[in-house]
Amino acid sequence: MLSIKNLHASVDGHEILNGIDLDVKPGEVHAIMGPNGSGKSTLAGVLAGRAEYSVTEGRIDFLGKNLLEMAPEMRAREGLFLAFQYPVEIPGVNSSYFLRTALNEIRAHRGLDKVSALEFLKIIREKLELVEMDEKFLKRSVNEGFSGGEKKRNEILQMATLEPKLAVLDETDSGLDIDALRIVAGGVNALRSQENAFIVVTHYQRLLNYIVPDFVHVLYQGKIVKSGDKDLALHLEDFGYDWIKEQNGGQA
Amino acid sequence: MTEEMQTLNEFTNQEYKYGFVSDIESDSLPKGLNEDVIRTISAKKGEPDWLLEWRLGAYHHWLQMTEPRWANVKFAPIDYQQIVYYAAPKKSAPKSIEEIDPAILAMYNKLGIPLQEQEVLAGVAVDAVLDSVSVATTFKDKLSELGVIFCSFSEAVREHPNLVRQYLGSVVPAGDNFFAALNSAVFSDGSFAYIPKGVRCPMELSTYFRINAQFTGQFERTLIIADEGSYVSYLEGCTAPMRDENQLHAAVVELVALDHASIKYSTVQNWYPGDKEGKGGIYNFVTKRGLCKGAHAKISWTQVETGSAITWKYPGCVLQGDHSVGEFYSVALTNNYQQADTGTKMIHIGKNSSSTIVSKGISAGFGQNSYRGQVKILKSARNARNFSQCDSLLIGDKCGAHTFPYLEVKNSTAQVEHEATTSKIGEDQIFYLNQRGISTEDAVSMIVNGFCKEVFAELPMEFAVEAQKLLGVSLEGSVG
Ligand SMILES: Nc1ncnc2c1ncn2[C@@H]1O[C@H](COP(=O)(O)OP(=O)(O)O)[C@@H](O)[C@H]1O
Ligand SMILES: [Mg+2]
Repeated sequence: MLSIKNLHASVDGHEILNGIDLDVKPGEVHAIMGPNGSGKSTLAGVLAGRAEYSVTEGRIDFLGKNLLEMAPEMRAREGLFLAFQYPVEIPGVNSSYFLRTALNEIRAHRGLDKVSALEFLKIIREKLELVEMDEKFLKRSVNEGFSGGEKKRNEILQMATLEPKLAVLDETDSGLDIDALRIVAGGVNALRSQENAFIVVTHYQRLLNYIVPDFVHVLYQGKIVKSGDKDLALHLEDFGYDWIKEQNGGQA
Repeated sequence: MTEEMQTLNEFTNQEYKYGFVSDIESDSLPKGLNEDVIRTISAKKGEPDWLLEWRLGAYHHWLQMTEPRWANVKFAPIDYQQIVYYAAPKKSAPKSIEEIDPAILAMYNKLGIPLQEQEVLAGVAVDAVLDSVSVATTFKDKLSELGVIFCSFSEAVREHPNLVRQYLGSVVPAGDNFFAALNSAVFSDGSFAYIPKGVRCPMELSTYFRINAQFTGQFERTLIIADEGSYVSYLEGCTAPMRDENQLHAAVVELVALDHASIKYSTVQNWYPGDKEGKGGIYNFVTKRGLCKGAHAKISWTQVETGSAITWKYPGCVLQGDHSVGEFYSVALTNNYQQADTGTKMIHIGKNSSSTIVSKGISAGFGQNSYRGQVKILKSARNARNFSQCDSLLIGDKCGAHTFPYLEVKNSTAQVEHEATTSKIGEDQIFYLNQRGISTEDAVSMIVNGFCKEVFAELPMEFAVEAQKLLGVSLEGSVG
């Protein structure tokens, strides 16, 4: 589904990712962990096509197409979804209108008919239940005045509605209390299938108690320095990142 | 500059769709202004002496005045002797729609404003003003059954001289300001409406202004009188051809609302804004004022200003009646080199009078957008209330937004609130929408429309849709 080969990316001439290789197949959940500043959000941003990152080397294939040649909205329509670490507020833009527009863009791309406001309501009610959100959120402007936890749940709501093939969750767990964490994880687990895949970026292991990954990768200084199964995450929980830093010549 | 910023810049390079010139023969006076020109205009219209005197009075007043320069706009001196003050289609004075020059009908059709009554949007009566004269007013008969008068200004002078004489200049006196004085001297036509006591006007009244002839200034006058307990909703739209030289539009609009009467006045202003380098375009220097003369009278201004090289206008309300209400809802967009200095004046005289101001300024390209608003609460205005909200939205980093609120409170029981914000369309916001499958063009449009939501909600339905499209067009460019 996704194949990243020797990916190098920089911001303002500073190289942040230096040589990432990663393969994701349908049905898999990959966790990407690593200390702050290691490049996790950069990787997520490069996948989604954020303009401030320039890819200096390497290639990414997504469902058999060259991802790096696609505009961000095309990547989304092809089925790539990013749950943002910091979702932005868009004042005045009604949440329901926004999400229906997004859904219809993606449906049009897949050759499906547009959904009417009424049909949308039916779809969204079911998804709201999944993330335990009240219908009144739909009447509010996108993310405006939402608490941190509400914003994260809103990301999952959008993911559930847009039904991506590959979802990248960037620290969706950070700042969540245990109940919210359970809800978010429940949302992801409900969507897991043999057809889609997830990349779960997280700083902490605790999310992985709820979303059990098939693979865990440790990102450090823009490189994947260690890969393993879910036990690697537990090891990181017990021993922190210092040993990774030491092994890789960084400062503990 | 990131790619998104580039797209944004390309995106905001708009094309003007109403810039064509129609080949309509016109009968015009030579360029220049003097007493004879004024006498000729008045004679062409067969006006009574009192009106000619009024015009000449305004002209002499104007000669003593200097062009004001206090607005936050820049423009080269205007040579008032290089302007044509009167241009009328040659085949003049049609008695019915069927007699209108087919070239004129074709032009209005091209603008999307069909004048043939059977094709006119149901529920909207249109008065079409071309250059200096009114060429058609639709649905007149239907309105007159209710006693509603809706006609060109010239016709009102002929048919309803007492009403005109009683109210002309009663809200905007002939010498009110430089441009109002000029208008009072040379105005050639415009629209007139009178809604009798207790009548709720059953359809929207609408004027469509079009400048076609070259070197021509447009100086129209609108006078609307809502008698006790009546209601009217009035719409105004406008366009002009693309020309390299600037053209002056100096209109005056006067509204009078008597006891318990309500006037809703909506404008979608789309005069030619000039080209991308700032060449040409309309100077839109307009005086609009409403008088809430009676108790519980209400006047509401809603404007969507997307056109003109320079917009300079402050639709205001004089809240004379006790419990009278004034409202001002505005969206002003400046793109490329457009400049706008716009806002409102709310003058509270009556007890318990209240006013609401909601202003949304959008600047793109090199556009400069200023909000200027005055709230004046006189001693007599016990318990007056005002709420003002002025928001600015910047698209790109070469444009500007400015806010100039003036507040004068002479009665301590007054309550006044002012809120102001400035925000930028963030690349983050656009990227967020992109990541959900929405194109940059649609994303900008969505954000801008979201920003203007409260104002659009005040527009009549068809107008709101048009205004949204217009904002889209005004910001649209070569994306995709
Ligand atoms: N837009 C940017 N401009 C400059 N530096 C950046 C930018 N984005 C990320 N960086 C830098 O790149 C490194 C990796 O950041 P990030 O990908 O956000 O890490 P993580 O998500 O793992 O905490 C950090 O050193 C950060 O300061
Ligand atoms: Mg991060």
